This record gives sequence, structure tokens and C-alpha cells, in this order.
Amino acid sequence: MAFDVHDIREQFPILNQKVHGKPLVYFDNAATAQKPIAVIKAISDYYLNYNANVHRGVHTLSQRATDAMESVREQVRAHLNAAEAAEIIFTRGITDSINAIAYGLSNTVQKGQNVVITAMEHHSNIVPWQMLCERTGAELRHLPMDEHGELILDRLEVVIDQNTAIVAFNHISNTLGTINPVQKIISQAKKVGAWTLVDGAQSGPHTIVDVQSWDVDFFTLSSHKMYGPTGLGILYGKRERLEAIAPYQGGGEMISTVTLEKSTYAGLPHKFEAGTPHVEGIIGFGAALKFINEIGIESISAHEQSLLEYATKQCSGIKGFRVIGNSKNKASVLSFVIDGVHPYDLGVLLDQQGIAVRTGQHCTQPIMDAFCIEGTVRASFAMYNTFEEIDSFISGLKKAVSMLL
Amino acid sequence: MATIQEKQQILIEEFAFFDEWMDKYNHIIEMGKSLPMLPENKKNNDLLVPGCQSKVWLHAEQHEDKIIFSADADAIIAKGIVAMLIDVFSNQPAQEVAAAELKFLEDIGLKDHLSPTRANGLMSMVKQMKYYALAFSA
Repeated sequence: MAFDVHDIREQFPILNQKVHGKPLVYFDNAATAQKPIAVIKAISDYYLNYNANVHRGVHTLSQRATDAMESVREQVRAHLNAAEAAEIIFTRGITDSINAIAYGLSNTVQKGQNVVITAMEHHSNIVPWQMLCERTGAELRHLPMDEHGELILDRLEVVIDQNTAIVAFNHISNTLGTINPVQKIISQAKKVGAWTLVDGAQSGPHTIVDVQSWDVDFFTLSSHKMYGPTGLGILYGKRERLEAIAPYQGGGEMISTVTLEKSTYAGLPHKFEAGTPHVEGIIGFGAALKFINEIGIESISAHEQSLLEYATKQCSGIKGFRVIGNSKNKASVLSFVIDGVHPYDLGVLLDQQGIAVRTGQHCTQPIMDAFCIEGTVRASFAMYNTFEEIDSFISGLKKAVSMLL
Repeated sequence: MATIQEKQQILIEEFAFFDEWMDKYNHIIEMGKSLPMLPENKKNNDLLVPGCQSKVWLHAEQHEDKIIFSADADAIIAKGIVAMLIDVFSNQPAQEVAAAELKFLEDIGLKDHLSPTRANGLMSMVKQMKYYALAFSA
């Protein structure tokens, strides 16, 4: 099927509106993507026709809801090429996924060991590891980056050593757009016997990930960044790893037997899914995955790349414009500053012209410190964005700058 | 010397002149640009107004029975907003500042027009000015 952005836009009714009297230009996709009709329909269909709690009921609706949810687990397994569906855990989001692993390692990681992250992580892939290190006495290290926003791979063998327990890093930086060389990092971790976790927040909507060919231990995705509902994350873990670590939440669904004295845990994936799951979210995410795969991630990514190139080129003509993050290998995130102008002011004036961008630190304060800036303006593109929208953005940006300088 | 009430009325009339919000913002920006800068040594963390998305430094001193405000911000729109507040509140009796009702923010629509986080930032500035005024009128 040929990629037609106008057909795609029709699937996203929210885009067809005016903000402050101007047509909405939504460029905050790295924060959250809009939802196609298929996703909204799947959710309402669930509530209209087969809402029931899953896994417990013998009645028909419960069985239908359970089947729908479990078929999404299988869909995700296939999408990531995991070995088995039980390795796919439904969480509340990426933050929840990472916390589950960091907590689960509390009894295995010891003083004298270290945990490695990178200089370009989202706070959600920094703080849980700081907490793990505080609990265990392990050391938190990071792989540094250069002025282009690329990881300094020469340092890999120094930072990741025999005492490294786990290496946790993002596939694509939400602030810089940098696509990190996942396999190189994983291979160094393997050499020293360290575990690996890859944060796929920004890669989910743009790239195909094969967890078996990566040979990664844990991988996590966010539904709402992939055109699905909020409140749902995916945690992939290799069976042997998930079996080796402790669950971090106790409750219903995750147990095998419970007495008042002691409980035994259920097998995978339920061991990590305490409480009633986010059934509508899971069903909606299934519809989102189907939607993405019907269009094709390669076509989506190619379209986004041409938007990024066009936007970068058009912006470079603006006086004082400076891209933050110009890695050779980059996803559709354009983070920038304009000399003499505060990002917040640009954000306000773009909003007045109907253009939604993100301003600030993007939950990555260490990156701002590294570049010695207060924050950036970030425009991030999705499958439904157009070249005409970039033209509106550029003229809106020029107008804002002329008012501010 | 115009009173707080009269100052507010002047601002309301100025803003009524613009139909488009971009023009109103332009006016706020111009006010921000014309507010004298605080010297760098005065921009210390003690003067930062908490709860603003950008950095806003607010300084107050007493001159006879009047309170004199000066301020700066790293973002120009925030600076324009604090400039409006200074226009209304500065060089007024501290007791009147502490007791004043601010109606111009609603009248010119600024409060509704800002996002909730930014409106909170605006209210923090007002609160901070009133704290100073209360302290000085005690």
C-alpha cells in the first residue's frame, strides 16, 4: 500500500481542529502521539460489548476479554520477535517497567558491582538505578557523549567492566534524536556477563526491533507513544531473567497459592502483573500495533526522515538557530535553541499560532547541563505530519523570533 | 501619582486596543524589554519566585511608606508579565499592595489565556509581591 499522508490524517480526527484560530500543527509526538479511529473504536467496542474482568470468570464476557487481551500479548510477541508470549509483560508504562527491573535486582546486585547508563537518559532511566544503587551500595556509572550528542564508544570497554551488573540505555534519545548503536553496547555487556535493558520509548513508533537478534535481556515500550492508549507499557524480558528476579508488586493475579502466612508466585507473565490489568489499554494497543504494521514501519520512518531533513534545512536559515543533537544517525526529533531567545517564549508564541511543540528540559536535565543550556524547543514528527505543516512551523518560528529579538 | 486601581484601568484600556492575542503578546514582550534589568549580582537564588516555568527574580525595598519592586526574568514573556505587575504595584503604599484586588489579569483575559502551569506561575509572582508588602506594612 502506498504511503499517503492525507489518507492517514483522516484516521486522526483530532488533527482537524483549530487552536487559537489557527489550524493545529501537532509536533509534540515524542511526548505522546495522537490516536487513530481504529484505536478509539477498539476501546469503545470493548466497553460497549465485552467489558469484564480477565482471567477469573468462567462466564462468556470474561472469556472474550481474556482472549482479546492474550491475543494482544501474542501480537506484541510477534512484533518484537520474542521467543514466547509469556515473556511479554503488561506494565503501566516505561517508568513502571524500568522500576520493576531495578527493584527486582535489589537482592542480586551487590556492593562492588556497578550499573551503567548513558549521559543521554530520560530521568525514568536514571532515577530507578540511582535508587537501586542507594539500596545496594553499587556504583552508578555512565557512558559519556560528545558535542554532537553521540555516545563515545571508545569508552565502552572502560565503563562496562567485569563488575557491571546491568547496562541500561535508550535506543533513541527523546531529546537529541540520536539512534544509539544498540548491538555494539549489548555485545560489550555480554563480553563481561552484564545484563542489558533497552528503553524503547522513542524507537517503538519508528523502528522495527527484533529482541532475539539483539539478544537483549529486557526491552520496554510505551503504548501512548505508539498511537495507543496511555497508562500501558510493554516489558519484554528473557524467560530466564524474568524468572531470576523478584516481583516488585504483590496482589491478585500474580500468585499461585495464598495462605495467611505465605504465598507462592504465579508463573510468567502473571508474576509481574499484580492486580487487574489495563484491559482497555491493552486492547487499544493491539489496534494501534495493527494500524502501524498495516502502514508499515519502514514507510512511516522514511516519511518522518524526510520531514526531519526538510525541517532541519529550513530552520538552518534562521539567524542564531542551533540544533542540539546532530548525530549522523537520528530519528525524527528536532531539538534546538535560538541564540538570545528563551525556549519558553518560543513555545508560547508558537502555541498562539496553533503549533504544539515541547519546550524545556524534556526530563533530561543532565543533557541540558552537558550542553550548558536551560532547555530546548523540540519539534518531533509522526506519520501524519506534512511538509506544509513544517512550512507553517517555520513561518511561525520566524514570526516569534522577530517579536522576541 | 495614580493609584493601584487607576494603574489597572490604564492597562485594561491598553490591552483592549488589541484584538489579536499575538498583538497582546507583542505588547507584553515590549513591556518586558523596557523593564530595566537587574544587575547580575542581584539575580541570586533567594530572589527567585518559586513555581515559575522560567526564572523570575523579584526584589523589593521600602522607600518611606512606599514599596519599590524591581524584577528580571530569563524569558521575555515572563518578564513582560512581571513588568505589568510592577507597573501596578511598585511605588505604592505597602498596605495598599497587600490589600489590593487584582482585576486587570482577568479583565484583559491573561489569566484564562495562560495554561494552568503558567497561570500558577503568574499567581506565584502576585503572591510573592503581596508577601513583601505584608512584611513591610507590619
